[in-house]
Amino acid sequence: MLLFVSVSSKAKIKGLEKIDRLFNTYANSSFGMIDPEGIEALCSDLGVDYTDVRILMLAWKLKAEKQGYFTQDEWQTGLKALGVDSLSKLKKALSDLEKEVEKPSNYEDFYTYAFRYCLTEEKQKSVDIESICELLNLVLGVQFRPQIDSLIEYLKVQNDYKVINSDQWINFLRFCKEISFPDLENYDAIQAWPLILDNYVEWMREKHS
Amino acid sequence: MGCENIEFDQGWGEMEKGIEKLKRILAGEKETPFTSREYMTLYTTIYNMCNQKAPHDYSEQLYDKYKKTLDEYITSIVLPSLKDKHDEFMLRELVERWLNHKIMVKWLTRFFHYLDRYFIIQKSVPALNEVGTTCFLNLVYEDVHPTIQDIVLSLIDKEREGDQIDRALLKNALEIFVEMGLGQMNRYQDDFEARFLQETTNYYSRKASKWIEEDSCPDYLLKSEECLKKEVDRVSSYLHSSSETKLIKKVQHELLVVYVNQLLEKEDSGIKVLFRDDKVDDLSRTYRVYNKISQGLDLVANVFKQHVTIEGTAFVQQAEEATSNQASNTPGGHEQVLVKNILELHDNYMTYLNSCFQNHNLFQKALKEAFEVFCNKTVNGSPSAEILASFADHILRKGGSEKLSDEVIEETLEKVVKLLQYVIDKDVFAEFYRKKLARRLLFDRGTNDDHERSILSKLKQQFGAPLTSKMEGMVTDVVLAKEHQSSFQEYLRNNPDVHPGLDFTVTVLTTGFWPSYKWFDLSLPSEMVKCVKVFKGFYETKTKHRKLTWKFSLGTSHINGKFEPKPIELIVSTHQAAVLLLFNASERLSYSEIVAQLNLAHDDLIRLLHSLSCAKYKILNKEPSSKSISQSDSFKFNPNFTDKMRRIKVPLPPVDERKKVIEDVDKDRPYAIDAAIVRIMKSRKVITHQQLISETIEQLSRMFKPNIKAIKKRIEDLITRDYIERDRDNSHMFRYLA
Repeated sequence: MLLFVSVSSKAKIKGLEKIDRLFNTYANSSFGMIDPEGIEALCSDLGVDYTDVRILMLAWKLKAEKQGYFTQDEWQTGLKALGVDSLSKLKKALSDLEKEVEKPSNYEDFYTYAFRYCLTEEKQKSVDIESICELLNLVLGVQFRPQIDSLIEYLKVQNDYKVINSDQWINFLRFCKEISFPDLENYDAIQAWPLILDNYVEWMREKHS
Repeated sequence: MGCENIEFDQGWGEMEKGIEKLKRILAGEKETPFTSREYMTLYTTIYNMCNQKAPHDYSEQLYDKYKKTLDEYITSIVLPSLKDKHDEFMLRELVERWLNHKIMVKWLTRFFHYLDRYFIIQKSVPALNEVGTTCFLNLVYEDVHPTIQDIVLSLIDKEREGDQIDRALLKNALEIFVEMGLGQMNRYQDDFEARFLQETTNYYSRKASKWIEEDSCPDYLLKSEECLKKEVDRVSSYLHSSSETKLIKKVQHELLVVYVNQLLEKEDSGIKVLFRDDKVDDLSRTYRVYNKISQGLDLVANVFKQHVTIEGTAFVQQAEEATSNQASNTPGGHEQVLVKNILELHDNYMTYLNSCFQNHNLFQKALKEAFEVFCNKTVNGSPSAEILASFADHILRKGGSEKLSDEVIEETLEKVVKLLQYVIDKDVFAEFYRKKLARRLLFDRGTNDDHERSILSKLKQQFGAPLTSKMEGMVTDVVLAKEHQSSFQEYLRNNPDVHPGLDFTVTVLTTGFWPSYKWFDLSLPSEMVKCVKVFKGFYETKTKHRKLTWKFSLGTSHINGKFEPKPIELIVSTHQAAVLLLFNASERLSYSEIVAQLNLAHDDLIRLLHSLSCAKYKILNKEPSSKSISQSDSFKFNPNFTDKMRRIKVPLPPVDERKKVIEDVDKDRPYAIDAAIVRIMKSRKVITHQQLISETIEQLSRMFKPNIKAIKKRIEDLITRDYIERDRDNSHMFRYLA
């Protein structure tokens, strides 16, 4: 009986060992965590560009708190949840991860996470327009190409807002999902849409009149 | 007799005797009325024949015979009598025949009564009375009712055109229609009323289209009232009462609803003329007549609103044109006239509201909406809020343009407050009012404190404390400042060695109450520096916790000008005094020298120098003597200056504050919106977007009308600042975050 326990715990330890070893490959020894350099290295080993959305998804899966860094805890928990302990397994898991994220029950969580991930300063509540545009493109660009392209064009042109808060962010997704495009027929500014979207719709309607 | 069965034929023979007698009576032939005995015999015959044992129970046959009797009578007697008659004669004949028929049925029913008691119930067949009516219905009515309808309608038409008709006859005829419905109104409605209403509509439509062209508005209304009276009378005379509502509605519609705008907007006699000529009776009639029509008053109120709007807007236009036709620096005389006109307009129409329109809330609303249209117009760049504030200022200044009695002043101020309810940007009014109040309190000696406090309390009552709290503080400040000043005089008396040698007063004000004034880093003349120092010394004995900021731009100085012709006392602003006193030390100063000595900005200095060298009183001579100041000019004291007065006020025109006031108010509005939203969220905790918007607008309505975009912007900001959040599941709901 003892043997059985020790075997499984040995297996556990062994599994954890591999994960830790992988961690140490990329971690910065003086910080004790994987820093942006390490992530870049990881990406190149995975054959993925470090601006690829799948890295963001990995961060989401790892529940990484700080952008550009993975702590050991996050790494361990994340890779265990993915069920991987090697680079090749991790590579395979990335495509599965995409499907997992796209599940409706996860998508909103991932979308909200993407915004939070950009709040790099303490007490930061909003993200600058430039970064938002990149993020929108990365996260929603594939699924809602025409809306996102148009919205990004507007965000760059307008002067009313220099930053976007989390409420406006979440409503971008709602907008793409609920509003018919490009006619925008079912958009009603009287409703609770954030003002920035009211302005966007006005701008669109003027452009096409 | 005993128990012997009566044979049918025998029994029926008895009955026939009675029936024939009845027919003869109805035909008007000489006959004695039925005796009790005769009646009893007939009744009993039926009774017996129905109570015999089968197969001698003749109930069914008797029932059939009853019906056949009636049918046969109708066919042989009644129908022929109607055949050749026309018009009124036919009507008369029909009514008579129906009466007769009813009598016949009445008597036969009595004879055959026993059938009603058991047979009809047993066999579930109609009662004798009903059978009686049905016979007439089927054989007579079905045949003649279209013709009868025609006759009736043409008689009604005749009467409408003024002829006399036999109303009783019509009443009886129409009753037939009702009775033919056997308890329902459907025959009356289908066979008569429907077409009657249609023809009524056509009739009055024709009349209306003629009268609307020919008659004046009051005459038309009179005619309409008459027609309606007549139609009501018609109903009570011969129509069925159930027709009244439908009939009146149709007539009202054709006469009063279809042409309402054309009628009330008639060029020479419509509403606007009635108002112009004070035709109270006609206006009351209009109200009375339209009040009876469902939603009729809406129509009148609408015309009323348009009329008032046009009148008010005309005044605004007048003021706009008058001002632009004159030089741009004329003081707002035309705006004063405008406000007077609008106040008068308001008084007038409030009177009408009470005397003609029963103070009905539809008209109150119409008046309000009309005033809101033209009380928010800008006249020559001046927003209405400013115009109203200027008007109040004008009245409150010592004396004003006319010497008005206290009562009149109070009354007028009350009206100004009333007018303010129509102005949307009340916060703009408050800010202009505050600025002007400041000038009155500081420069206009002898302002009437009572009036000032009275209007503030009226404003507070109507629009709430936020509007007036600062202003009340200002008025109190001035009172306190006087007390301070006495204290200071006492201090000077007790400390004669620190006396600066000049007569001077200081007014200490509470910064938060007063409008913000630009601070100038002015280098004071040494005499004044001394004064300031002395006062500071005194003030520190009074309180250690307050900081004094000196606003010399608000001060006044009296300077003795030793001019050659004669000395003249100059009343100038402290800044002007600072400029003038420089010339005690130097005879001639260039612009740049003055700048260096006084440390003022160019805009301000140019204004000052202009007032002293290029305006009405040339205290200084300017080289070159052009009309405006340039930075290369030089100035000299003008020893030859003189005026017929011994004391003159050298005015310094105030900077145009309009832009700043509007800017300041605009800057404050987002904070007010924030505060309102937070207040609402705090009390409601959870709320829908729609409700939040509408409650915010409601809360702020006493100060201004925020637009939805502005509110949405503040909501966004409050979300960023974590005051509120959007509900995760219901995107149109917001929650308060404690």
